[in-house]
Amino acid sequence: MSLVTKLATARRTPGRWHWTDIAAYAYLALGVVLMFGPVLWLAMSSFKTQAGLLEFPPSLLPMSQKEVVVTGHPQPLPLFTVTMPDGSTRVLAQVRRIGIQAQMVDPANPAETIRVAIDKRVPVREFKLATENYTEPLERFAFTRFLWNSVFVTVVATIITLIINSMAAYALSIYEFRGKNTVMLMVIGTLMIPITIILVPVYLVVTELGLVNSLWAVILPGAATPTGVFLLRQYMLTLPRDLIEAARMDKASEWQIYWRIVMPLAMPALAVLAIFSVMWRWNEFLWPLAVLTKTESYTLQIGLNAFQGELQTQWHYLLAMTVVTLLPVALVFVFLQRFITTGIANTGMK
Amino acid sequence: MTGPTPTAPRRDDGAGASDLIAAPLALLSRLIDWPMRAIQRVIGERRMAYVFLLPNLAFFGLFVFVPLIINVVFSVTGGAALFPSQRPYVGAGQYAYLFDCGSFLDPNSCREDHFWRGVSNTARFTLFQVTAMVLFSLVTAVVLNMRIRARGFFRAVYFFPVLLSPVVVALTWKWILQRDGLLNAGITSLGGERILFLVDPSWAMFWIVFVSIWAHMGFYTLILLAGLQAIPADLYEAAEMDATPRWRTFWRITLPLLWPNMIVVIVLALIKGVQTFDEVFVLTGGGPGTATLMVVHYIYETAFSNQVQNFGLAAAASVVLGVVLFALTLAQLAASSRKGAA
Amino acid sequence: MAQLELSGVRKSFGATHVLHGIDLAVADGEFVVFVGPSGCGKSTLLRVIAGLEGVTGGSIAIDGSDVTGLPASERGLAMVFQSYALYPHMSVYKNMAFALENMGFKRDEIDQRVRRAAGMLRLTDYLERKPKALSGGQRQRVAIGRAIVRDPKIFLFDEPLSNLDAELRVATRKELAGLHAELGGTMIYVTHDQVEAMTLADRIVVLQAGRIEQIGTPLDLYNRPDNLFVAGFIGSPRMNLLPGTVARQGIVRLGEGGHEIACETGALTAGATVTLGVRPEHLALSETTGLPLAVELVERLGGESYLYGSSPGLPQITLKLDGQSGHQRGDTVFLALPSAQLHLFDETGRAIRS
Repeated sequence: MSLVTKLATARRTPGRWHWTDIAAYAYLALGVVLMFGPVLWLAMSSFKTQAGLLEFPPSLLPMSQKEVVVTGHPQPLPLFTVTMPDGSTRVLAQVRRIGIQAQMVDPANPAETIRVAIDKRVPVREFKLATENYTEPLERFAFTRFLWNSVFVTVVATIITLIINSMAAYALSIYEFRGKNTVMLMVIGTLMIPITIILVPVYLVVTELGLVNSLWAVILPGAATPTGVFLLRQYMLTLPRDLIEAARMDKASEWQIYWRIVMPLAMPALAVLAIFSVMWRWNEFLWPLAVLTKTESYTLQIGLNAFQGELQTQWHYLLAMTVVTLLPVALVFVFLQRFITTGIANTGMK
Repeated sequence: MTGPTPTAPRRDDGAGASDLIAAPLALLSRLIDWPMRAIQRVIGERRMAYVFLLPNLAFFGLFVFVPLIINVVFSVTGGAALFPSQRPYVGAGQYAYLFDCGSFLDPNSCREDHFWRGVSNTARFTLFQVTAMVLFSLVTAVVLNMRIRARGFFRAVYFFPVLLSPVVVALTWKWILQRDGLLNAGITSLGGERILFLVDPSWAMFWIVFVSIWAHMGFYTLILLAGLQAIPADLYEAAEMDATPRWRTFWRITLPLLWPNMIVVIVLALIKGVQTFDEVFVLTGGGPGTATLMVVHYIYETAFSNQVQNFGLAAAASVVLGVVLFALTLAQLAASSRKGAA
Repeated sequence: MAQLELSGVRKSFGATHVLHGIDLAVADGEFVVFVGPSGCGKSTLLRVIAGLEGVTGGSIAIDGSDVTGLPASERGLAMVFQSYALYPHMSVYKNMAFALENMGFKRDEIDQRVRRAAGMLRLTDYLERKPKALSGGQRQRVAIGRAIVRDPKIFLFDEPLSNLDAELRVATRKELAGLHAELGGTMIYVTHDQVEAMTLADRIVVLQAGRIEQIGTPLDLYNRPDNLFVAGFIGSPRMNLLPGTVARQGIVRLGEGGHEIACETGALTAGATVTLGVRPEHLALSETTGLPLAVELVERLGGESYLYGSSPGLPQITLKLDGQSGHQRGDTVFLALPSAQLHLFDETGRAIRS
């Protein structure tokens, strides 16, 4: 306990406590509960059984009723703690329930049947993770397919994004050529055009290309991102020009200069763009929703949305699949948090 | 003449990662290099820039510029056909239909009442959301900028929902807000009555604002925090030497110097707010009724929902939305150029 | 190895004219140094030769074939950059092998060449290091090695020593001289440091404001500067340049006192305005006669001393003396100007020679 108080009272510079310090820590504590709480609750709920989810008020941890196998009964029987007429308590397994009476047996002595009023028994519960919430939808529904689609879209789109945008950024940062300013203006101009306002015509283009319901319809339209060109160009402008000239003196072709000199040196900027691209693509919703109408081409996000529409009551699967969907992003965040936040602070994009 | 530059350039070269995949990439590079060298020999070194631009421009053209033009074409044609050549010209008909209103303040008096319902909802949503967003992200940024322990951890706490997908965000909260959810459990345990949060129109609006702030606040906090950290510490030290009270330091030093970042936050939040769709779509589906129907949701439904498929009307609404966004973007550019001057 | 010929090379950046018609022939195996103050166009001239900049006019020929329109990658020259421009993501070995790979050499040929150059430059132990892990002098040598392995037609150096500290600069300078003797390649070297120019060059090209002021061997430039600019630029400390007039054939009058000095005046007539140049090391002291000089500052460096002083109507005069001078500020000394070591320039700055 003293460690906690020590941590809580230690400030960066020792000094008198101002009321604002206390208010600040209170605010931060509230923040932790409010920001982490919902996701934690989601994760814990995803391990509850269907019956466990229907309980009200809900239990904090995933609990389920303990069951035992009793000789003479083919099915495992649920265990209850029963208050006997004499006031003592016993742990009994329930065979069946008839009205307000329950037929119970002692697992140790299965021959004797005991009748108990149902309000005299309390279920025996144990902590149990309902992992079938995860395994069953992946087996019974198309979630494996959705997962694969999402991974495919994310990986392929990110590779294409990195290559074509770095090529454009290279052209715009290293060369002087006629029309350069026009191209730069177009890049800046398209920064302001979100997919939301060209949804319909992009759909037409994709239809014309015969790509509706193909994953390529999700991958291609967003591949040329002005944000990416901009970010990479700014970085490439900081590379020393001498290196490029040295490479020319070394008889490198322009492609080799791009591929063997500029790309390796632009790795930090490429990494930032790669992380952003992965996030954008993994989380993308509106455009795939518009262009993917067949279940087998759904991404995880679209599948999840459809799943919640179809199976209102199957929260146990839905929650588990939600956790599966957020897991990659959470992992990326845990490992690259500092990288991402500084990237955002520097570029003002997300 | 180049001035003397500090010895060799120092930067992170990331070669460790590239070594792992070097072999296949080198082969690929050689395969591409051969035709590229041939092209370079024909068109010359400097014109290679066009070759490097080509793929990107092709994508831009196909998926941005052409669609922009088609969008306008769609908005002045009617019918249900997807291909512009099969669509009859209707002039400003789609716009006239959209704007056919008894009173613009009352969506029910409009012929296309869903569009105006969307406009009104989006306007209210954006107003509440931006106000609260600026307020909370400012408070959070200021608190995070104080001399606190474990700042990195707390910053991460506020930031992590930014990375979650809208569907995940919406389902997480839907689970908490549902009839038998955690929140109602809390209310009943305190002796209250259950509230059907997503069925009551006012509560539904409150919660979509709340959830969207929950999800995006970290991003804006980060921008403001960067602004706060850019304020030179000696200004605060000078203020401390002058025995300036904290609140006065905040009003007279922090806020004026943070103002450029504040404007960026406000305009970005406005631009995002006007385009709100994903979280609301999953959380409430626009309901109850049309209580949380947003403009983008309206466009999506009009164009892609199976019964209607009215591309012309959707395109017209997109153009209107585009004009609003363009105005907001100009405001942002003006604000950021002022930021550069400051 | 190759010879290089520039004729009428001009270069403009928009309205700014950087080079105004440069004519120059560099012989096979020659070490030529371009020297001049910053902004004189020497680096631009080097980059034009390299092919990194196009020309606005004129032509460039290497071994008799016109390369004016060829890009850098096809001219077959190698360049050592001021910043070294080592590829930071490649090891020393890879840096040196890069050009050879581009030229399509076989793996073992590349290896052999890289190892030979590394041996020559004492880099064998550092081949697997990244440039980041090298000292300034080592990076410098890698940059040179990258040029050597190519066996280029011409080596180009763009102020290669300017990022080294003084001591290392002297050492590397000697190594470069040795390297030229060993390789015998044609080398063109740009510097603003006249000591580098004097010590390394077979011939020096002095540039100013985009024009060649003089081309010649180092001692030529020292002994027989063509004009005021070269006279002032070559030699350290600077040559004293004293305004005067021609009194009569063979006599120049200096300063307010009208001190007369015997000097070759060529075809100049009496009354012509001239500048008399004399190097600080050629001035001698005499006790009673000669140009009077009021000593203002004495610098004693141990082996030599510098006297700075003034004479009425003349700019400050510098005088170099051997040993440790006993003069003090306020002393008056008299200068003897040996006529054999005087340089006379006419009104336009051109040297007067018999």
